[in-house]
Amino acid sequence: MFSEGMFSLMGTGLLETLYMTVVSTVMAYLIGLPVGMILVVTDKEGIRPNPTINRIVGSIVNLLRSVPFIILLVAVMPVTRFIAGTTIGSTATVVPLVIAAAPFVARMVESSAKEVDRGVIEASLSMGASTLEVVLKVIIPEAKPSLIVGAAIATTTILGYSAMSGVVGGGGLGDIAIRYGYHRSQTDIMLVMVVILVLLVQIFQEIGNIIARKCDKRIR
Amino acid sequence: MTQTPIIELKNLNKTFGTGEEAVVALDDINISIYPGEIFGIIGLSGAGKSTLVRCMNLLERPTAGSVIFDGTDITSLSDKALRNIRRSIGMIFQSFNLLMQRTALDNVCFPLEIAGVPKKEAKARAKELLKTVGLADKEKAYPAQLSGGQKQRVAIARALATNPKVILCDEATSALDPTTTQSILALLKELNQRLGVTIVIITHEMKVIEQICNRVAIIDKSHIEEMGPVDEVFRHPRTQAAKKLIFPSGDVVEEVTGYGKLLRLVFDGNAANRPIIANMVLKCGSPVNIVFADTKRIDDKIYGHMIVQLPENEEKVRQILTYLDMEEIAYEEEEYDVQ
Repeated sequence: MFSEGMFSLMGTGLLETLYMTVVSTVMAYLIGLPVGMILVVTDKEGIRPNPTINRIVGSIVNLLRSVPFIILLVAVMPVTRFIAGTTIGSTATVVPLVIAAAPFVARMVESSAKEVDRGVIEASLSMGASTLEVVLKVIIPEAKPSLIVGAAIATTTILGYSAMSGVVGGGGLGDIAIRYGYHRSQTDIMLVMVVILVLLVQIFQEIGNIIARKCDKRIR
Repeated sequence: MTQTPIIELKNLNKTFGTGEEAVVALDDINISIYPGEIFGIIGLSGAGKSTLVRCMNLLERPTAGSVIFDGTDITSLSDKALRNIRRSIGMIFQSFNLLMQRTALDNVCFPLEIAGVPKKEAKARAKELLKTVGLADKEKAYPAQLSGGQKQRVAIARALATNPKVILCDEATSALDPTTTQSILALLKELNQRLGVTIVIITHEMKVIEQICNRVAIIDKSHIEEMGPVDEVFRHPRTQAAKKLIFPSGDVVEEVTGYGKLLRLVFDGNAANRPIIANMVLKCGSPVNIVFADTKRIDDKIYGHMIVQLPENEEKVRQILTYLDMEEIAYEEEEYDVQ
């Protein structure tokens, strides 16, 4: 059953999964990082407290976070078609993945940023730093190790989501697992896909941990 | 003093919260700090001293009153103008507050970066500053690799980077051991004398005030209780709060029993070199009970202070007081702590 055709199918699946995961993670961070920073800065303990903005942004984030991904996947299909031109395939899957992951990323970023010592932020304000300078030169660099660990967690979560998109023909390893393993009852193929997914999660997480440790200057 | 103050606080009030939960942290504070002096603000924890120093660069916004820095009321400035002013006010903290992911050198570069100084110039200046604080060999070290005293030196170099007119020190030595405290205070004093930078020190330790301050304000329960030159406040504390801080002998007095008057004596400079008490006992022919004794060094002069319990015989007491007057020793009757 592991014919040559099967191997090339698996290769394509792996590439599609990596493609979806990486592109979605990057885009989720492009949205989630600034949103997370807005949450931190406008918090009542933040450097620019603004309860109105904080509550509005926080509510949107919570709303999106509370929709199960499998439902979101179907629900945002019109948006997906509008952006990607289709609802099938890896590129189309990126759209719901980003919509689901960005709020998750925002919360991860928020919690990493809140770990930054309040005193250091205060010190930089006392030196005349603006809000933007505090965010870019203090909060993000100081939270870097924590942000990287967070990014590893986000990547593995997105990887898991991407497998789910196989249900609607999203491509990737999950798609293969569902089509061959579930619909054709080829349990062994499903098992192989699961093992590859598990390995990918391990690798991403470990890489994240190593980079985080390497760049953290607090431990020497 | 006819000089214009560098920092002037006028009718400053700060209240946290509103309505019934409101907590008054500062109540009608008026302080003038003059260029070139080392001004100490001392108080026990919760007295409001940290809030007070944070009002000086508006890290904390006062509820009412004005903060005048170098002739400008900074409470009415725009954000941008305030950020500019803050570059003339350096600040150091109890917990150092260094950027943990930056080297010592890059920490000192930070305020210069914000001020828009070109990188090369900033690096050169930062190197020079690290040399000034005695850390020329620690440029590439990260804060985690430095001791507490070294971290505070980096913080001082960082505070000096933008050539400030004032340095605010918020409990800057409270996390340090006594020896390191000494060396940091000596460094601050040196910088004050060499660069003429005004220094404001917030502390709960009288020793810090004694060692380097010219003037002191005593803050208690959100009020300034007493203010003046350190040796004067030390010799003649007028308020209960001041006495408590200067003579932490309350516990001793509490344990003394008997009826004889308690007398607090202060010996200044030359009197500390003479055997005053021994002579007094010999001359008056009456023993006294020494309850508490200590010597302090203020502004390089030695001061001694002592609490003695006098005999109950009133004639002897009169003799003793006459003797002290003759020797020009300042004394003051101390109450027994009745609690």
